[in-house]
Amino acid sequence: MKEKIRIASGQGFWGDLQTAPYDQVTKGPIDYIMMDFLAEVTMSIMQKQKKRNPELGYAKDLVHIIEHILPICLQKNIRIITNGGGVNPKGCRDVIFAWARRRGIKNLKIGTVFGDDILDRMDELKRRSIRLDNMETKQPVESIGHKFLSANVYFGATPIVDALRQGAHIIITGRTTDTGLTLAPMIYEFGWRDDEWDRIAAGTVAGHILECGGQASGGNFSADWRSVPDLAHIGFPIAEAYPNGDVIITKHEGTGGLVSRQTVTEQLMYEIGNPANYITPDCVADFTSIQLEDIAPNRVRMFGVKGKPATDSYKVSMSYLDGYTAIGTLTYAWPDALEKAKAADQILRTRLADLGLTFDEIRSEFMGYNSCHGPLSVMPDEINEVVLRIGVRGHDQKSVERFGMELAPLILTGPPAVTGFAGGRPKPSEVIAYWPALIPKTAVQPIVEVAEV
Amino acid sequence: MKIKLLDIAHARSGDKGDTGNVGVIARKQEYYPLLVKYLTAERVQKHFEGITLGKVERYEIPNLWAINFLLHESLGGGGTKSLKNDAQGKTLSSAMLRMELEIDESITLP
Repeated sequence: MKEKIRIASGQGFWGDLQTAPYDQVTKGPIDYIMMDFLAEVTMSIMQKQKKRNPELGYAKDLVHIIEHILPICLQKNIRIITNGGGVNPKGCRDVIFAWARRRGIKNLKIGTVFGDDILDRMDELKRRSIRLDNMETKQPVESIGHKFLSANVYFGATPIVDALRQGAHIIITGRTTDTGLTLAPMIYEFGWRDDEWDRIAAGTVAGHILECGGQASGGNFSADWRSVPDLAHIGFPIAEAYPNGDVIITKHEGTGGLVSRQTVTEQLMYEIGNPANYITPDCVADFTSIQLEDIAPNRVRMFGVKGKPATDSYKVSMSYLDGYTAIGTLTYAWPDALEKAKAADQILRTRLADLGLTFDEIRSEFMGYNSCHGPLSVMPDEINEVVLRIGVRGHDQKSVERFGMELAPLILTGPPAVTGFAGGRPKPSEVIAYWPALIPKTAVQPIVEVAEV
Repeated sequence: MKIKLLDIAHARSGDKGDTGNVGVIARKQEYYPLLVKYLTAERVQKHFEGITLGKVERYEIPNLWAINFLLHESLGGGGTKSLKNDAQGKTLSSAMLRMELEIDESITLP
């Protein structure tokens, strides 16, 4: 057994810093690189792309990143684990295989994990009386019927461990939890049993720290952002994991950013619910047990993590189309910038009413004054400029489109000193509503396929 | 004495659907009891009046000197439904830190 392994975070979301994975594999020693691409609504976007072209439906960025880092990873024996396969992990694999063949790369093994996409199995599950009611609102699944755009089960670390055992250099999954991407190599390397809940929880918490990339190593750091050195060259976080479940969070030497008890604690707070019950497919981690200690500059030791047994269900993330929104902006300059923006807002609302257009919601915010903190915002004595940001939401696409035609006319028919309409008319965009549900673990099986060129 | 929450705490926020979460973290261990005593669910509910339309849940995490707040119905529907500039509640953390607290204790600020 290895004394320790180093798992590096390469992407915190689809669209993250493109240079980060290359930096992670070149600027110091690591054994694994994990990359998270999937947010709640991502799967529905990918499902739409796949519908238009059956060869798509994965994060295209991932292909470019892998082309960039794979030769180095193969040379240094670094294995790549990512959920960027979206709704088409095998399609993503085939594109990488084709590229590898062109490059003359041989004996490359890619593992794919799928079986999470249950959109085509909805009727079958219904016949088996497996209900996918909304776990938050308790609404019955029938209220949406066949309008679901995507339905994906969150798998955990287990299928990734399986692919690692089969020797995959790259593992591309569909909807796997962010935390499972980091936990899997620890289970694989250290041979943790699946009832060693404290260790599995420790790996899961490490996964939570890595899953948002630079947000654990000095990015978005509220305690003292000025103290973070060289954010231009931020080093993404690395988890140095030990067989007993201790983990040291660090980053490569010579990179920018900061890893401290404070930066790590902020990331631990990100998007959590009840801290005593952080539920994943792999375990229930207890965040009230986590101990953190600054042991050296940019090295934080995490220990003492407690875990409880995993539940008997998987979470399912489903989505459906629920109307349209359109949002536009206009900029008003001094003098009386806010007063003019507010007057323009009223003129626009009157015109919308005159046209007989109705919406589920019309919302106006005044950027530069209150778009972030709402009623907590303090009125400055004099404001140089304000951006009126007005949006509508409704189920009638034509009405939402018509709203978009009313914004630009305000420039010549409203209050003066107005600009900022270079982007054209606001276009309707689809509202993708999110529907979380639970499914018994016995109803779905992850499928692991390891192929070689 | 009157103190700014910003002086004794830092914070991070995020979203889950229409719920925002704000983790408030004491800057020093000795400030944590002040958070426990004064940063109640009621105080936070009042602070976020007009932003948080649902209820506020509060969880203490003493090992991290932190308290996690769940602010239900705070993101204009959340996700792609929301018309808010900050649909993901990224700035709820700094909105929280605007709070001022009247405390009985006398403390030295950093």
